[in-house]
Amino acid sequence: MSESLHYKTASELSLMLADKSLSAVELTKDVLSRIHKVDEKIKAVTHLDEEDALGQAKASDERRAVGEELGALDGIPIGIKDILAVKGQPLTCGSKILENFVSPYDATSIAKLKRSGGILLCRLNMDEFAMGSSTENSSYFVTSNPWDLQCIPGGSSGGSAAAVASGEAILTLGTDTGGSIRQPASLCGVVGMKPTYGLVSRYGLVAFASSLDQIGPLGRSVEDVALLLHSIAGYDKKDSTSFKLEVPEYRPELHEKKGPWKLGIPKEYFGEGLDAEVRAAVDRAIDYYRSIGCKIQEVSLPHTEYAVATYYILATAEASSNLARFDGVRYGRRSEKATSHVDVYSKSRAEGFGEEVKRRVILGTYVLSSGYYDAYYLRAQKVRTLIRNDFLKVYEEVDALLTPTAPTVAFKKGERASDPLAMYLSDIFTISTNLAGVPAISVPCGSSSSGLPIGLQVIGKPFQESDLLAIAHSFEQAHDFSKVHPSL
Amino acid sequence: MQYEAVIGLEVHVQIKTRSKMYTRVAMEYGREPNTLTDPVVLGFPGVLPVMNKTGLDLIIKTGLMLGCKIADQCKWDRKNYFYPDSTKNYQISQYDQPICEGGYVEIELPGKSRNVMGKHKKVALTRIHLEEDLGKLTHFSTDSLIDFNRAGASLMEIVSEPDMQSADEAFAFLTSLRQSMIYAGISDCDMEKGQMRCDANISIRPEGEARLGTKVELKNLNSISGVRNGIDYEIRRQITLMNDREPIVQETRRWDADSGVSVSMRSKEMAHDYRYFPDPDLMPVQVDREWREQLGEELPEAPFDKQRRFMTDYDLPYTITSVLVPDRTLSEYFEKAISANPTKAQAIGNWITNDLLRELSDSGRSLEDCLIHPEHIVGLVEQVESGAISSNIAKEVFAEMFTTGESAEAIVDRKGLKQSTDVDELAQWCKEAIEANPGSVTDFKSGNEKAINALKGKVMKESKGKANPRIVDEVMRRLLEDV
Repeated sequence: MSESLHYKTASELSLMLADKSLSAVELTKDVLSRIHKVDEKIKAVTHLDEEDALGQAKASDERRAVGEELGALDGIPIGIKDILAVKGQPLTCGSKILENFVSPYDATSIAKLKRSGGILLCRLNMDEFAMGSSTENSSYFVTSNPWDLQCIPGGSSGGSAAAVASGEAILTLGTDTGGSIRQPASLCGVVGMKPTYGLVSRYGLVAFASSLDQIGPLGRSVEDVALLLHSIAGYDKKDSTSFKLEVPEYRPELHEKKGPWKLGIPKEYFGEGLDAEVRAAVDRAIDYYRSIGCKIQEVSLPHTEYAVATYYILATAEASSNLARFDGVRYGRRSEKATSHVDVYSKSRAEGFGEEVKRRVILGTYVLSSGYYDAYYLRAQKVRTLIRNDFLKVYEEVDALLTPTAPTVAFKKGERASDPLAMYLSDIFTISTNLAGVPAISVPCGSSSSGLPIGLQVIGKPFQESDLLAIAHSFEQAHDFSKVHPSL
Repeated sequence: MQYEAVIGLEVHVQIKTRSKMYTRVAMEYGREPNTLTDPVVLGFPGVLPVMNKTGLDLIIKTGLMLGCKIADQCKWDRKNYFYPDSTKNYQISQYDQPICEGGYVEIELPGKSRNVMGKHKKVALTRIHLEEDLGKLTHFSTDSLIDFNRAGASLMEIVSEPDMQSADEAFAFLTSLRQSMIYAGISDCDMEKGQMRCDANISIRPEGEARLGTKVELKNLNSISGVRNGIDYEIRRQITLMNDREPIVQETRRWDADSGVSVSMRSKEMAHDYRYFPDPDLMPVQVDREWREQLGEELPEAPFDKQRRFMTDYDLPYTITSVLVPDRTLSEYFEKAISANPTKAQAIGNWITNDLLRELSDSGRSLEDCLIHPEHIVGLVEQVESGAISSNIAKEVFAEMFTTGESAEAIVDRKGLKQSTDVDELAQWCKEAIEANPGSVTDFKSGNEKAINALKGKVMKESKGKANPRIVDEVMRRLLEDV
């Protein structure tokens, strides 16, 4: 073995499992020992039940031994962001308000993973209720960037990205409301994708902003991400916002689609605030596509400058309502100091929610208040439509867009913690796609002089994930960025 | 000064769906508290609502039945407020685009007496919208209990215009609405079970004044009589305040049926800001013409329309229609019964509303289990009218029909109940009666007309009721002349 098991891709490991040169139990033990070795430094894992994980691995091996039909992910250890419901496992969303909550049911994406034979390995750290870009808003601990332990891994799916980067999981699931999969994937040097809104059922995803949230895969290769996406995608009658469509075979299509593509470079994504090294890396990626015969053209998404403001109105409005259920009455933390039912609400929430969550709930409550609704929420909805139309318009000319995923590489812990606005700008290149509902992927495209990863974002057409994956795959196959790992 | 009351009602009606509005949990009554729940009903982290199409079908039917304009699109909003009866601290409802707008409820006011039809009036509706029901709270001295069994049930809110002037009108409104809902299978509207709940907005103003007075919202009107009593009380309370030159405060009051008074709950200053916004978890549903038309075809004839038709087409008196029509099954039974011979509608109506209902009530049976085939009733009527049996015998035959389900003809034949029209046989019985009762004969002869009844009674007894009373009367009078 030239490389440790925990740094192999799911595609490679599946072959080994298939030819029985490896068992799921051996693989799971290897990944578990990796967690024991490095998680003290990374702090990505919030919950680990080794016995349960090994039990699942043993069941997979038994299925294989008796020749039962196997799923596409059979025997592959997968880490889950602590915001997706798994029956019998803690579901904290990185919040004290749910510190002892155990989910009584499976999310649809989790049920699908179980059907595809994946091993639900561990639960992963995140910004509280997915609100943040650094995982510093977790109520439990801060996760470190595997490339520089002094740096943040990005967020809110920081645990999911760091776990993949450090070999603590082969694949992970994250969620993306404004960049929460792609930005940490970029900062940790892994592949992460936000599917089209409606491709993956949200049932069992604890809602932050219902009209923006999507579950998506993270992995060490585009092929792995395609594999995991295929397992979780598809219409679900439990989610009215999920879309009825035949899920394509993403992985085989990766190899069939070879371009050349017409690619747009949105000029609004290359202005002020973009780090020079990030820009240079993205420019080199653009050169690659030009070199393989793609037509590259500059395009404009004129309403981009309003995206962050629009996002923080709509997302916080929805969050203020979505998070109202955390009140200490039926489950979760209940303040011991409460003496009346109103007290149960206010004290449980005061004790249970962190600062950023409170900030957003207050902001969201304000924008929905009588007399402000038209000026904020309604207007933001209109701008959202304009932003979506920007994308649909450029898609008349190009197949996909190339941009940086984040304006900078990973920053130091604490650097932006006290400056919410600076933190909000981390998502400046990712937010528009959530508002527009279109899919986007971040794929490693280089590193800074300080050795921190840089991500290229490819933004695609609605429900054209196959093309998006193929475009990212082409770049990945021509480069070695996904093959290097941090030294831990 | 004379005052008039202005009343608007807000009626909540639970829609009869098998499962709840946004999840597949069953909707039933009288079950152990908190057993009709699932993660969706309980608002657990991560769950999503999915619309029950039957709920939407039934509210559209309601709108069509009440003449509302049906919106082209069904859109959902969240009504945000913190209270323990809600599992999410918001209620899924409809705010600025109710599914039904306008329309009316036709009501009948009390007539001069029970058998006289009262005045009819159309009470205008503002809107009807769909929402989810909430949990039920029971308060004790130091704590409260919550039952979420009804949480998430399909609930419609029917809002009337301030279009009623008295507690009687409000009562008639609810009665009519309930009847229509039951007719169309939309709800059972059992107020005891909370399937129908009513709040009233009440104000008074000097008679003839166009401007509305300060309104008071009255809650907790838990029975139809509670509605009448509560509104009556509130109107009197406001008139007393007005006469005493005390201000009427805009507030919400709670009707306490036990003590017969209303008490203040909160004033307008404490009104909520519900922060309505479109629910991002539910997609708007397009309601096209085809869908509306199909639902319209499933609607039954409205009760008042049916009553008018019965009175016009079958010449039925009001009293019979007012018994037949409120019960859809009974009115349908009636229509089946008359189908063979509509000219006998009144006689058939009498049999159904008097004898059949009495037999059903005495036996504790429902109309569904009734053995009498509706088309057999016309046979009974024809037997009486042809003189084959007397009306007294007919009662006996009817009772037998009720027990066995046989036709009247079969029973008359089997039991030999056909009345005797054989003049010779009757004359013989009459002679025997005259001979055996000289006292009655003397009385009759001396001008006591009623004395003949005793003689005829003897004949009827002797013939075991089979003698045709008309012929007996003729023969008896002829024979008495000769005495």
